[in-house]
Amino acid sequence: MLDSLGFIIGTTLMYSTPLIYAALGGVMSENSGVVNIGLEGMMTIGALIGATVGFYSGNPWLAFLAAGMAGGGLALLHAVASVSYGADQVVSGIAINFLGPGLALFLSRIFFEGATMTKAIPLDNKMPRPIHGLLPRNSFLDLVFNQYATVYIAFLLVGVVWFLLYRTKLGLRIRAVGEHPRAADTLGVSVYKIRYLCVVLSGVLAGFGGASMSLAIVSNFRPTLISGHGFIALAAMIFGKWKPQGAMWACLLFGVSNGLVVYLGRSDAPFEISMQLLSMLPYVLTLIVLMGFVGRSSAPAANGVPYEEGER
Amino acid sequence: MKSKAFFEKIATYITKWTFGFSIISIILGFIIGAATLALAGFNPIEAYGIMARGVLTRPSYVAWTIIGSTPIILTALSVAFAFKTGLFNIGAEGQFMIGAITAAMVGYFVELPAIIHIPLVLISAIVAAGLWGGIAGVLKAKFGVHEVISTIMLNWIALYLNNYIVLLEGLRRATSQRTHEIQRSASIVILEQWKRSPEGREWLRGHDFFGDALRTPLNWGFIIAIIFAVIVWYILNKTTLGYELKAVGYNRHAAEYGGINVSKSMFTSMVIAGGLAGAAGGLHVMGISKSIASLAAMEGYGFNGIAVALIGGNASIGIVFAGLLFSALQYGGSKIQPALGAPSEVINIMIGTIVFFIAMPKLIKYSLQNFKKKRGAKNVR
Repeated sequence: MLDSLGFIIGTTLMYSTPLIYAALGGVMSENSGVVNIGLEGMMTIGALIGATVGFYSGNPWLAFLAAGMAGGGLALLHAVASVSYGADQVVSGIAINFLGPGLALFLSRIFFEGATMTKAIPLDNKMPRPIHGLLPRNSFLDLVFNQYATVYIAFLLVGVVWFLLYRTKLGLRIRAVGEHPRAADTLGVSVYKIRYLCVVLSGVLAGFGGASMSLAIVSNFRPTLISGHGFIALAAMIFGKWKPQGAMWACLLFGVSNGLVVYLGRSDAPFEISMQLLSMLPYVLTLIVLMGFVGRSSAPAANGVPYEEGER
Repeated sequence: MKSKAFFEKIATYITKWTFGFSIISIILGFIIGAATLALAGFNPIEAYGIMARGVLTRPSYVAWTIIGSTPIILTALSVAFAFKTGLFNIGAEGQFMIGAITAAMVGYFVELPAIIHIPLVLISAIVAAGLWGGIAGVLKAKFGVHEVISTIMLNWIALYLNNYIVLLEGLRRATSQRTHEIQRSASIVILEQWKRSPEGREWLRGHDFFGDALRTPLNWGFIIAIIFAVIVWYILNKTTLGYELKAVGYNRHAAEYGGINVSKSMFTSMVIAGGLAGAAGGLHVMGISKSIASLAAMEGYGFNGIAVALIGGNASIGIVFAGLLFSALQYGGSKIQPALGAPSEVINIMIGTIVFFIAMPKLIKYSLQNFKKKRGAKNVR
């Protein structure tokens, strides 16, 4: 029983990880007032670059960083459109969601002789598990804590983003820009710089999320690897009221349903339940929760509104 | 001198014309696509040539392009309709699935003569998907849940519902992850029985054009999509309902002050949008797939519809042409892979680029204005 619980918690943590990275990206971007629906595309390019660099260099950390940079690069396009040129941020995000996967598959075919699936990274070159072998194999603690390094980093980053947003001067400025850009502008805060920084960071985080998928959970990139994770992360961020810790809990909710599906799909599952209905549950739950608890005004006030510096 | 004046005129005209930005964005999309191909070491002119020939040179190619455009024209109409009321319908994807599920069920379980069965299946798909879309409308109007989030959730719920229904006993085809095919009476494929009969085959063998065109599952879906495009145009531009919906989209508070029931308008708009996407799903089952399958990921009809709606300037006529362009790119793009070894995904990059530029009309406007200013300054000197 305890082992089963350990297995479920372990899988939950593993599956929540990519969502947490991307959701944190959403938190960064939207707190500065830029809607980022392009997380999906940024995750996809991150997953591809992570898998590619991981395969050719054999260094998972280099691959992880490269994935972040790729996500950030794509996010820069979103920033140019939505910050400098006052674009409709949702439309620009939709464009990113065509560009990201398109570019990812295009590059995959070029780097891997026409294949849309990258070659598998050897086990030794995958993301390491920092405490692998320290705990008795398949014990409860081992099942829960013997995770890839990316899992630990994700939870660490939740704290980092929280600290950045609520305990630093920069965080205060970010939130000011998201709530009332004109006031921030008047006080000498550069709205453009802050928004550029936040959007690019959100892309870096989403890129990490993609790589945590292709370097740890599986060991290669394939076209369906990132199928809607960016959108779930977006929903998780809103579910979590645009706060890093809230987004984390929401991601864990989606992760736990994933963990349960994997657990109940095993042959030794204690009872049978429709996998499809179980998979549906977190989405239904999200809708119900949104109806009751998240009021109309939780989003940063200037979220999605283009701002022109010096505007009166 | 004359050419300068001419150029200025064109620049002014483009910035004022509804589809001007779309045309410029499409051109930019093609340029970026060519640059991407060139960077990867492929000859872009050759690639575009293969794409163009792959779409235009045979009746069956044109037929495939038309077939491919049908669902995305309808999902684009769905997105555009909601957009006019100020709602972003990301949920066309899920509404499409609900339409397809309904069509697969009504098409298989009900047996009726074609003349009744076809409209029944289509209307069921529209109604079911309309109600599905309406959920997002109610959530927005009554509970303040942003429609982007609720429709993303509803898409996933629809996907798992699809997978649940596919596996139901009685509907599932033995040992497969698909449902049974719909009855022949629910099919909208043109001359389906005849073209498989001995006489039909004999006749088609003698007529190259029709023989080639009818080798594809060419169906009435495209015509129905055009009819819906006209209906959407009519509702939005010629009826009180359309006026009210648009008023809510322009300025919700002004509309409310003017006595329009905003909540009801949002609901109505989402129901109609859902119904349009449902028609896409229904027609897809009736004309192409004949059944529904278990899905591992979203198929993209709804998301492609968003791109088509944006490229088509959210107007019926624009959407029909944008849908054909999108489908031609997809179908033609698939041919550069075997012929050149160039990645077909370049078309996604092109579409992404087009939508990206459409997102920022300001950039295009500024560039054109600067261009005009420079010209003007020169003339003074």
